[in-house]
Formats: sequence, C-alpha cells, structure tokens
Amino acid sequence: MDAFFYQLAAGIASGGVYAIVALALVMIYQSTGHVNFAQGEMAMFSTYIAWWLINEGVAYPIAFVGTVAFAFALGVAVERLAVRPMAQAPVMATVVLFIALLMIFNSVAGWMFTYTIKAFPSPFPATPPFGQTYISAHEFGTIGVTVVVLALLYSFFRFSSLGLAMRAAAQNPVSSRLVGINVGWMLALGWGVASAIGAVAGMMIAPKVYLDPNMMSGILMYAFAAAILGGIDSPLGAVVGGFLVGILENLVGTYIVGTELKLSVALVLIVGVLIVRPAGLFGRPRLVKV
Amino acid sequence: MRYSPAPSAGLARQSSLAPWSAAVILAVVACVLPFVVDDYKIFQFTLVLVYAIALLGLNLITGYCGQISLGHGAFYAIGAYTCALLMGAGMPYWLTLPFCAVVCLGCGLLVAIPALRLEGLYLALATYSLAVVFPQLLKFKAFEAWTGGSHGVVLTKPQAPAGFPLSDDQWLYLFVLAVAVPMAWIARNLLKGHIGRTWIAIREHPTAAATMGIDTAHYKSLCLGISAAYTGIAGALGAIAVQFVAPDSFGVFLSLSFLVGIVVGGMASIAGALVGAVFIQFIPEVTDTLLQSAPWAVYGVVLVFFLHVMPGGVVGAVHRFASFIDQRRHRDQ
Repeated sequence: MDAFFYQLAAGIASGGVYAIVALALVMIYQSTGHVNFAQGEMAMFSTYIAWWLINEGVAYPIAFVGTVAFAFALGVAVERLAVRPMAQAPVMATVVLFIALLMIFNSVAGWMFTYTIKAFPSPFPATPPFGQTYISAHEFGTIGVTVVVLALLYSFFRFSSLGLAMRAAAQNPVSSRLVGINVGWMLALGWGVASAIGAVAGMMIAPKVYLDPNMMSGILMYAFAAAILGGIDSPLGAVVGGFLVGILENLVGTYIVGTELKLSVALVLIVGVLIVRPAGLFGRPRLVKV
Repeated sequence: MRYSPAPSAGLARQSSLAPWSAAVILAVVACVLPFVVDDYKIFQFTLVLVYAIALLGLNLITGYCGQISLGHGAFYAIGAYTCALLMGAGMPYWLTLPFCAVVCLGCGLLVAIPALRLEGLYLALATYSLAVVFPQLLKFKAFEAWTGGSHGVVLTKPQAPAGFPLSDDQWLYLFVLAVAVPMAWIARNLLKGHIGRTWIAIREHPTAAATMGIDTAHYKSLCLGISAAYTGIAGALGAIAVQFVAPDSFGVFLSLSFLVGIVVGGMASIAGALVGAVFIQFIPEVTDTLLQSAPWAVYGVVLVFFLHVMPGGVVGAVHRFASFIDQRRHRDQ
C-alpha cells in the first residue's frame, strides 16, 4: 500500500506540471485555434535561462522571477514576430511554423548550453515535510506552486479588467474590437502568459527529469493527452486532465505496463478519448457553421 | 502554404514538350548514375530514392489530402522492422516488400480510425505522439526477442544475382529504382483518377466535398492507409540499404525531417518528393560538419524561409518561373 501512495503523490506532482503546460496549450488554442507544438521547447529554453542565472550565482527566487519575466517576453516576441505575420495563413502553414520554432529553440539551446544532461536545483528542502515519508518536499512544493499558478491565473482572468479584455478578445475578436479592445495585443499577452506559465512548469519538472534540450518532448505529449482528455477548448478540462494524466501515468506505469512504457499511456489515452468522446470530459463538441 | 498545381492542371497551356524532356533526362541520369560514381555515393543516392518514396507517401496524405501527419517516421520504422523480422525468418529481401506494405496499410488505417473521423488538428496530435512513443515501444523488453531491444537488428546485404556484372551497391540502387519508378507511376495514376480528385476536393473544402456525397472519413482513412504503405515500403528498402535497424534511428527527428522534405520539395507534387529527398539526404551531411545541432537549426530556418518566400517549394517555384517565361513568350509573339 505504501508504494501506491508514493506513486499517487508523484503522479499528482507531475500531473500539476502537465496541467500547467496543457493550460498554456488551451489558452492559445482558445484564442487562435492553433496548437503550439513549440510550447514545450519554449519552456525548455526558459528553463535553461534559469539554470544559467543560478549558475551565475543569482539566488533562486530572483532567478525564478527573472526567468518568468524572460519567458513572458519570449512569448510576446514569438507572437509578434513569427505568428502574427501568418495570422491569415492556412492551418498547414501554422503547423509548419510551430515545427520550425520547435527545431530552432531545440538547436539554439543545444548550441548555447550543449547537449550534456544537467542537474537542475530544486528550491525545496531535501527532507520530506510534516514528518511523513510518502511525498518528497519537491513534489509537495510542485503541487503548491501549481495551485498558486492556477489561483493567480483564475483571479487574473476572472477579476481583472485586463483578464476580461483578454477573454473577450479570445471569444469574439470582432465585437471586442468594436468596444475598443486592442485584440492584437491581447493575443500577444496571451502568448506571453502561456509561455511564462510554461517556464514555471519547466523549472518544476527539471529537477526530476534533468535538464537537456529534449526534456520537454515527453512532457508536451502528456500535456496533449491532458488537453484532449479534458477537452481541448476547456481550461478547467486541461487542469483536471493534467492531474488525471499524471496519476494514470504513474499508476498504470507502476502496476500494469511497467515504467518503460509510460509514454505509451499518453498515446493510448489520446487515441481512446478520440474514439470514445472526442470532445473530452469538459469540452463541447465542435459545431461548424457552413 | 501553397500547393503545386495538380499533375494535370496547367500543363495544357505550357508547351507539353518541357515536362517530357525533363523526365527523359532524369531517367537517363538515374540509370547512368550508379556506373559513374563510387560505391559510397551510390549508397547515398539509394537512400535518396528511399526517402523519395517515403516523402511521396507523406505527400499523399499531407499534400494532396490536406491532413497533417507529424509521425510518418513511425510508419517508416514499422516497414523497416517488418522487413528485418521477415528477413530474419529467412524470407528473401524482395519478397518482404508486399508484406511491409500490407502491415503499414493496416497500421495507417488503425491510426486513421480515431484521428481522421474528426476535423482539425487531431491527426497532427495523434501522429506526433506516435512518433514520440515509437522508439520506446521498440525498446520494450517484452518485444526484445523480435526487435533486438535498443541494440536493434542487423540485416544481411542483398547480393547482385550471379551473371550480372554489377557490384552489390549498384544492384541495390537499381533494385530500389525499379521499385520507386512504378510506385511513382501508381501514385500519379491514383492522383489523376477519381480517388485523387476526391482527396484534393477534401483538402480544398471538406464541407463542400461532404455535401457532394463524398464520405470524407472513408477517403481520408484510405489516403492515410496508402500513404503509410508507401512510407512503410520506403522503410523496408531503407533497412535493406543500411543493413541495420535500431530504435534511435526512428525518433521524432525522422518524422519532422519528412515534413521538411515535402515543404522544401513542394506540397502536392510528385517531383517535389525527389527534390525533398535530395535535400534531407545531403543537407545534414553538410551541416553536421559545422555543429552537432546544426541540422535542426538549418531545417527550422529553411522551413521559415520556404513558408514566406517559396510556399510552393522548389517545384512550385519552378512552375511559377516556367509560366512566367511562357507568358512573356506569348506576349512577345
């Protein structure tokens, strides 16, 4: 039974990371209908910036804030410079663009920081909290960070007027423009926020999977699975899906298929959801007006 | 992304001699090539032909049918491993190809069922995941008896039949050429017929196609099946040529290279597959000498360049240039 609780705790912790990345994907999907295949690599690149700052002797909290700010700027820059010029382009072209970004970020990270696998520090103490042994301090801290990120995002989009404007721009760009919202900048801000929370996810998962340029490819896949399971147009679905995928991945990996096939769990989930309930748990079936 | 004109479109206006003479020159070059370059170069050109078949497969689903696949490396791997297993069981190399085609056709249909019933990006997501997962599946311990785990399987090199004055490399090149040409011809006929036109209709306007009574899910699945079979045969030929299959040669990078290949060569173009194959065979070799990560960087930059400057790929640019010359000639007359 002990092993079960270990795995459950580990699953919830990595599920939080998947939830954040899935939420970043869903945010961009909701506002533009794009699936950002480069989301993982952008997060990986930001995590390298954190590693570099920490190695230069910057204290972890400052490095953390600096990295989030960098990731935000990176997201805005990518939207402005690369995605925006292709706003009217067909789906095929945008997918090719995201694949190009994925390749560029991956190789630039490899070129700047080499392909050697690096250890990434955890900001949390080494001993498990509260005198128990089921859940490590890093896992506990990751769950805490996830909850804080989700709460901040929720309050931002629910209670601030900027958040409201961003939601409006995503939902109905034409009407938003008529009431004076700068839709273009709202999209760019959305990219910034998605990239920033992706960086947080990267910094939380890096101590566990170690830092290398390909660190996020598996994580991105789990996030796809989470987004599809929850419904690719539902932020709540992405969060629930993320935690479910994290838990399932660990339990199925431990008890049924073995850890070597953990990634396949995500593939089976994606295929299964698409067969049984393509809209996902919380998504609405897509209706297209002809 | 701009598509190259369909094989039959636009040619009537141009002088009909140019494409034919280009094809004849290409055929002569392809046949003479193995007798003028050294064995290593022959091996490289064999791989060019192999990639051309794979890209042709990807072009069917992505270029002609308009459905994005980011995981054709997995079908390539399935073809390669099927070939390796059958050859391991004592089957002659040439006989494995139809089996590889059937296995990959089945796998393609299996992926199509969940992913292609739906509109949108689901195929891209599902195939990307397949590409990420596949090396892990191949390394799985329980399959190790067949797949050789992470060590892979070594294949024996086919030898030129006795009585032919050919080296093994020359023989293999000609064998791959003898497979590639009929496959390109079949693809061309398929695309000119009602199936190809149906695929293009689905790409151009899925709703209109459905309104005209086309069962879009059926035709999309058929397309992915055939596409996977093409790429699977390419995988088998690739395995025979390299004489070795291992999980790490079939990662995401391979699948994304195929995408780069069709973007560079030209979407929805048979000739584009050959151009793209030359690109993905020779560019990494050039750039590898510079930096370890260079192929990815070059691919990324090249993709952005083609998106903005040459959305029809090399073949699209040639077509545009040809019609430009043509128009000027007509104006001058």
